[in-house]
Amino acid sequence: MRIAIVDESAARAAVIEEGLRDAGLNDVTTFVDRRGIAARLEALSPDVVLINLANPHRDELEELFALSKAMARPVAMFVDQSDVAGIEAAIDAGVSAYVVDGLKKERIRPILELAIRRFRAYSRLRTELDEARSALAERKAIDEAKALLMKKRGIDEPAAYAALRKAAMDSGRRIGDVADAIVTANRLMGDL
Amino acid sequence: MTTTPFRIGFLPLVDAALPILAREFGFAEAEGIALELVRDMSWATVNDRLLYGHSDAAHLLAPLAIATTLGLGRPATPLSVPFVLGLNGNAITLRPDLAAQVTAVGAPGDVAAIGARLAIVAQAARARGTPLRFGVVHRYSSHNHMLRYWLIGCGIDPDRDVSIVTVAPPFAADALAAGEIDGICVGEPWNSVAVDRGVGVIVAVTSQIWLRGVEKVLAMRTARMEEDPDLTHRLLRALYRAGVAFVDPARREEIAAILAGPDYLDGSATLIGHAISDRIVFAQGADPIDVPDFMFQHREAANFPWISQAAWLYAQMCIAGHAAPNPAGYEAAQRVFRPDVYRAALRPLGVPLPGASSKLEGGIAGSLGVGTTQGRLILGADRFFDARSFDPADLTGYLGGFEA
Repeated sequence: MRIAIVDESAARAAVIEEGLRDAGLNDVTTFVDRRGIAARLEALSPDVVLINLANPHRDELEELFALSKAMARPVAMFVDQSDVAGIEAAIDAGVSAYVVDGLKKERIRPILELAIRRFRAYSRLRTELDEARSALAERKAIDEAKALLMKKRGIDEPAAYAALRKAAMDSGRRIGDVADAIVTANRLMGDL
Repeated sequence: MTTTPFRIGFLPLVDAALPILAREFGFAEAEGIALELVRDMSWATVNDRLLYGHSDAAHLLAPLAIATTLGLGRPATPLSVPFVLGLNGNAITLRPDLAAQVTAVGAPGDVAAIGARLAIVAQAARARGTPLRFGVVHRYSSHNHMLRYWLIGCGIDPDRDVSIVTVAPPFAADALAAGEIDGICVGEPWNSVAVDRGVGVIVAVTSQIWLRGVEKVLAMRTARMEEDPDLTHRLLRALYRAGVAFVDPARREEIAAILAGPDYLDGSATLIGHAISDRIVFAQGADPIDVPDFMFQHREAANFPWISQAAWLYAQMCIAGHAAPNPAGYEAAQRVFRPDVYRAALRPLGVPLPGASSKLEGGIAGSLGVGTTQGRLILGADRFFDARSFDPADLTGYLGGFEA
């Protein structure tokens, strides 16, 4: 089974490729750069093409699939439309697939399920990373705001933190946002 | 009143205006619909979301709705078009140096004469072994069919003399700049973006090729449309009212600003404003020129899904080799357009409704009063640039006229 992964995110493509290889599918090629992709895909002639749903170049690829004489013609998604749940899971996860007509559903299904799991794992990783990043940035802003309050108002750290928390509760905002506003205001105002 | 959530997928194009305005001006909400719009960057994604239930309806290329119903390139899923989102509104933009060889740069010209000059350039390029490359936005698009129709009518074989490739609208200007293509047929604002960057010159607008030719449509899965007819009707009424607002000159600036917003076209309100007021800048630095028939989003029952327009598209798909002409396919293609649903939805508004569902396309030379089931309706000229007409009752005869 020859599989092509087309994804403008090299990181996500790597996560999927790794998953496929772990499952013993070794004939996998990843395409990140769209330039020259048509000729390279034709030369590879894959049985299955996995592509991220929102890839902006899918229309170009579909045209290639419709026209290529060198490549067996892959069709969008599944050979078997009865697998509605499978297709919906793929769309939800952000995966789209093109499969050469005539391939058995039983052979495609595990590949797709794997791709779906990997796509989901990747989104989860991204979310966690984003959350970790924003938590770190928030921590920094709170520390900086506390230091400013301690210096300007001559109070100690617990008092500075209490002041921040009260301001946040009074205005219905998150403490990180209040801290951010103090830091930004300080930068704008300087030593006024 | 409880509101029903409803999602419409779209691509960032000026002719996605009616669903956007139905939401922004509150027409959907007034019909009890919580309209959510989902933007994508390729038609394949818009279509996938529609077919697998991520969206309830889509701003879609009319030929793609037919191709999907016929099962071209994917398992067949029946789609229905109860409402047309616009007529015309696309243009053909060439590399500036190529444009200078075929037209008076900066102004519209006679498309037959421009095509004749293009034919000479195309033959020379082919003889040199570097045939001209044209971009269209999708294999199954009116852009492809309009371009091919024009090329054929000017003596250029679209398959042998030139090559035609797919380029997604947002990449049109880049592809021209990089020399990947020599010209493109694309919707607004993407021609104007290429002109603005100095990488393209507009040589023709598609209304010069087929005046009042069908463009984007509102497509729904037939099953989805029929499971809740009342919801479909309410949506169509909201879209109709958005059309009324769209053509109000007093609202143009406001509309351009809405469409230019980051969630919609995320582009220049000035360029979008030109398109919606039918004022086109043909070349960088040129004055805008009034092209009164550039695009139709409302007047003359522009939103009415004429079965004969679906039939014309099927004929073009046969000529392009996308479909092999057969009575069952022809019947299925025509059934995609649903004037019955349009009439049922809009009857309560008291607006003019055409009495016929099909007409001789290209048969109206001037303005023509037509029969209606209610109201008064005048249709403007719908000529093809080569003066051909299309009678949906004689597909075979029409196709015969294209055989070399």
